[in-house]
Amino acid sequence: MSTPENPSPKSAETAEATEPTDTFAEAAPGPGAPALAFDERAKKSWFSRLPIVSHLRQSVGLQRGMLITGLVLCGVVLICAIFAPLIAPYGFNQLGTSEGNFGSKLPPGGTHIWGTTVGGYDVFSRVVWGAQTAVAVIIVAVILSIFAGVILGLVSGYIGGWLDRILVVIADAVYAFPTLLLALVMSIAISGGQSSAWGGIAAAAFSITVVFIPQYFRVVRAETLRLKAEPFVESAIVLGASKTRIISKHIFRNATRTLPLIFTLNSSEAILTLAGLGFLGFGIEPTSASEWGYDLNKALPDVTSGVWWTAVYPGLAIVLTVLGITLVGESMNDLNDPRLRVRRKAKTKNVKPAEVTA
Amino acid sequence: MSAAISEPGAEAAETSVAVKKPSGGGLGRYVLIRFLLIIPTIFILTTLVFFLMRITGDPITAALGGRLTKAQLAERVHAAGYDRPILVQYFEYLGNLLKGDFGTAVSDGQPVSSILVNYGTATVELVFYALIVAFILGIPLGMLAAYHRDKAPDAALRVLAILGYATPVFFAGMILKLVFGVFLPILPVAGRGTTETEYIMSGVVGPTHFYLIDAIRIGNFSVLGDVLAHALLPAIALGILTAGVFLRLVRTNLIGTLEQQYIDSGRSRGISEYRLVTKHAYRPALIPIITVMGMQIALMLAGAVLTETTFEWKGLGFKLAEYLTARDFVAVQGIVVFLAVIVAITNFLVDVIAAFIDPRVRY
Repeated sequence: MSTPENPSPKSAETAEATEPTDTFAEAAPGPGAPALAFDERAKKSWFSRLPIVSHLRQSVGLQRGMLITGLVLCGVVLICAIFAPLIAPYGFNQLGTSEGNFGSKLPPGGTHIWGTTVGGYDVFSRVVWGAQTAVAVIIVAVILSIFAGVILGLVSGYIGGWLDRILVVIADAVYAFPTLLLALVMSIAISGGQSSAWGGIAAAAFSITVVFIPQYFRVVRAETLRLKAEPFVESAIVLGASKTRIISKHIFRNATRTLPLIFTLNSSEAILTLAGLGFLGFGIEPTSASEWGYDLNKALPDVTSGVWWTAVYPGLAIVLTVLGITLVGESMNDLNDPRLRVRRKAKTKNVKPAEVTA
Repeated sequence: MSAAISEPGAEAAETSVAVKKPSGGGLGRYVLIRFLLIIPTIFILTTLVFFLMRITGDPITAALGGRLTKAQLAERVHAAGYDRPILVQYFEYLGNLLKGDFGTAVSDGQPVSSILVNYGTATVELVFYALIVAFILGIPLGMLAAYHRDKAPDAALRVLAILGYATPVFFAGMILKLVFGVFLPILPVAGRGTTETEYIMSGVVGPTHFYLIDAIRIGNFSVLGDVLAHALLPAIALGILTAGVFLRLVRTNLIGTLEQQYIDSGRSRGISEYRLVTKHAYRPALIPIITVMGMQIALMLAGAVLTETTFEWKGLGFKLAEYLTARDFVAVQGIVVFLAVIVAITNFLVDVIAAFIDPRVRY
């Protein structure tokens, strides 16, 4: 959502260097690097340099609160996804126990803490199992699109020429297309609009992949174009390094620094797209997996008759998952952007005079 | 052009002449290039959609596969020409599109172009209402958040904006239906009007199919009220998402402009804080809103598909969902291509407007 606002690392660094107040406390750390004093920077471990960990250390006050809330929400969803068989009292396609069927539209309470659906499923169990589907789709979709998008972006940006022009035109055309509609068309193409167990999840994930490839492509290509002109790439060319080596060694690492941010933004969009597909009846059948959007679709007629629990719980699951991911992404975006970062107040007393004079 | 702007030291009389001429030519050239760029965009999308929709087979088998015998199917497929080479069909499809012929729906036999005309207006009307909601909510709240930067109101508004983004439009719609239709039954939750309104609308001579315009034209204010009451909840459900985007944009940009020197100079001249924010600072902060409008309208059209299904708003999205269920892929393809064309044209118009207002956008 806010990818266009994200400045290139270069401009971020220069902006930081020219700001007088922070030259002492945070001597020009690159975006994503923790804002620590000189002596501390030397001994930071690989762990503290990981994207989210470094952001967490860097954050203060409200931003830290947002980041932690987001991380907690994401953690809950992940735990639900991994331990769904242990947390959920019933299976996602279980209609009853040995004592008989659950019954339809039972209000929350008793053995079904969140009630049962029109189809007679346990709402709580389906919401918990739904986390598994959501996480599976995100992982497949985002990893595939990063893989394809990054490779295409690197090659297209570095080699250029007619290949680059064609890819840019296609990516721009796809980028401007409403994601949900493209995902719909893709899902028709992949599965003919029908879905089986893992087939359904794979179809949804592939549909979302195609939508996201252009986003990674655009970002990585722009970075590659910028890096291509940098002296270290030129010196590599002079030294006789092959194109593959330059792309994979010199450019890849530098061009992919903003990807964690796009990753979070895309994960939330992936969930919304999956839910949208499910809501339009392109979801995964209730017998093969649990999917929140599909449950909401089935709950639509209930709402007008006052049966709220079949809609509210899966809906809240979507909202909280997307909220969690977005909060993490937002905080990372703010912390990467020196204009938006809330600064830690100087702790030591002997720093103060220096800041006042600066 | 840019040189003239970046050198304010040049004499005023000369620059005004020097700036105007090339910038006019620059705009014309920009509009032309931008217009020519629509053609490959639409072409690529149409091609993509056509071939993707045909990967799994022909539309007749998809729609009627279970209901007809093999011989009957083969006959229908042959009659419709779906057994010819795919490239022949593709060029025929492109030719028909140029003539405005989107094919004929398999399930109900209606020409897709007439579906587009009859239901498209309802979608446009919904998006229009939703945009109004987004402006009314997003811009003032964004100003408020920027003015109270990093304080409690700002934090609350930002969380609200993220919540607006995190809530799928159909879930927002269902909650609104639940609250205002069931728990507190004060607003209608389905359709574009009561049966009576629909009856009156069907009798309008030379209808525009925009209920708002038609109601004003016939001067029937109870109908007008009914139409607006029906539009309120869908518009809010669809508008919240974009309102959140506007809020964030206005906030970020207003924070930038509020730090500018002309704001300080205004403050030193005793201009009230309210006036500074609402008159002096917000105008430059609005330009980014115009540049994202294209994306937002594309998002809204996709969101309209979901909102219309939630509120039984008889527009293109509602029909799209119906045809999806019926597995009528000719109609689906027609609607999707049509929406893609609308998005491409909207993006073009938005870019032109942005270039007109902000010369930096032009090449």
